[in-house]
Amino acid sequence: MPQRKSWVYYNDRLSRYLFISSAVLVSLIILCIIWFVGMQGLSTFREVSIIEFFTSSKWSPDSGKFGALTFIAGSIGTTLIAILLGGPLGLAGAVFLAEIAPPWVRAFMRPATDLFAGIPSVVYGYVGITVIVGLTGKLTNSPTGYGMLAAGIVLAIMILPTVISLSEDALRSLPRTYKEASLALGATRWQTIRRVLVPAASPGILTAIILAMARAIGETMAVQMVIGNSPRFPDSLGSPTSTLTSNIVMEMGNTPFGSTWNNGLFMMAFILLIIALIMIILVRTASRKGAAR
Amino acid sequence: MKAHQADRFATIMLWIGSLAIVAILIAFLTLILGRGLPHLTSEFFNGPDGVRGQLFNSFYILFLSLVLSLPVGLGAGIYMAEYAPKNKFTDLIRLSTESLASVPSIVFGLFGMIVFVNMFGLGFTILGGSATLALLNLPILVRVTEESLRAVPRSYREASLALGATMWQTLRKVILPTALPGLITGITLVAGRALGETAILIFTAGMNVSRIPFDVNPLAAGETLAVHLFAVKSNPLPGTNADQIADGTAALLIIMVIVFNICLTLPSRWLQRRQLGRNKV
Repeated sequence: MPQRKSWVYYNDRLSRYLFISSAVLVSLIILCIIWFVGMQGLSTFREVSIIEFFTSSKWSPDSGKFGALTFIAGSIGTTLIAILLGGPLGLAGAVFLAEIAPPWVRAFMRPATDLFAGIPSVVYGYVGITVIVGLTGKLTNSPTGYGMLAAGIVLAIMILPTVISLSEDALRSLPRTYKEASLALGATRWQTIRRVLVPAASPGILTAIILAMARAIGETMAVQMVIGNSPRFPDSLGSPTSTLTSNIVMEMGNTPFGSTWNNGLFMMAFILLIIALIMIILVRTASRKGAAR
Repeated sequence: MKAHQADRFATIMLWIGSLAIVAILIAFLTLILGRGLPHLTSEFFNGPDGVRGQLFNSFYILFLSLVLSLPVGLGAGIYMAEYAPKNKFTDLIRLSTESLASVPSIVFGLFGMIVFVNMFGLGFTILGGSATLALLNLPILVRVTEESLRAVPRSYREASLALGATMWQTLRKVILPTALPGLITGITLVAGRALGETAILIFTAGMNVSRIPFDVNPLAAGETLAVHLFAVKSNPLPGTNADQIADGTAALLIIMVIVFNICLTLPSRWLQRRQLGRNKV
């Protein structure tokens, strides 16, 4: 009898340690990623000045020019276009789903938006090449249509599910009394949405927008397929350019590991990683503010 | 009356916006399926440029990545839901999980390239690809595990512990079975995402397919369907019918996504019904 009891006891102890070590492992992994990618990336600056890397748009590694401004500008530009197009549309969808949609429409539309989220990013890129670049070519009067606008449109569609589901959750988690009080005061539904519900849910909506931006700036395949991949500063919406992610994909295969060129690509990945981490900290602050209210 | 007009106008606009969202999706699906379905012949799978190998690799890499990530992801999720006290350490782990979830997949790809391809000297392998893909799965697994365990009523735990069961017995016999539908939904979600992942696998599993059909050697290079679509669309080899292959591959990927989405709802619903039925007896 005592033997059996101790066996049960040790089993309990053992499982507990296993669970803790898995949790610790998850933390170690993110630290490893920051360390490895960071070390590899930062070694760029042994041969390239930091100022040149961030402020010059001349990227020709063959002649020793390592200015990454083009790619940084391309990434920021496409992300902004995506948020400007996809943000309002997604928010409209969220308000619709939370406040207006009849149950049967919601029962159909919620799984439909989830399906959006499941479509692989290469498939978005494929649709971008087959349809969207033709469209943007006409819109911007450019011969090919590849460029920031095409990438922005593809990304706008890709971030829709993130914006919709997180904003809808934020709107739905509001106390019913907010809405009832506003309607009882004689406000119309739209006035209630605009003046009461959306402001009250703003921390959650902000979180949705930030996470959507994080997804857009880190998206690789879809962007690479429609951006045009020319290391040219993005001076117009319809001219081929590059982003941080697309340039990594284009050049990683042709550069020997450990060369300055290769390290420069790792530095771009490190910039993306830092941006992602900053976004997470922003999200945490936004949700803490929401909780404090 | 102005307010009422504004209200009606806004309502109409919101309807239009939402219809546009659904219309985009329908346009996507009809475009991809319309272009691709006619190409899905046996030639498409088994012919000289067939995608049989890629299709197999997709599922093989998915399987290996789940084998690698499930124990750790479930373990960490169980810890966060059941054991973690409220302190700095728990907060750190939560921050790590959230950060890991926000890491762009290309950064995972480059990390996997440093570790598996260069440090371990494996080159492009199915094993390296699966291990890196497992990192992408991890944070989502942790989150869905934690969420589904938290959804189990407290009273279940209390009843089991009060009967003298240890925490491990309670977990194994009470909490995990109750949380199973949620866990399965979560795992399917993870699998669906991993199946379409490209950026990670280009740099770790490579863009070649083993010549041996259904090669299970984990040290072979393993191009998946999604990577294949990228490869044929961005550098079409001259002389091949690259466009048809791309159309067919895209349609196949979409069909897989739709099947996964259906799988997402069915088994959990079935399990829930079975459990409800059992409780009634």
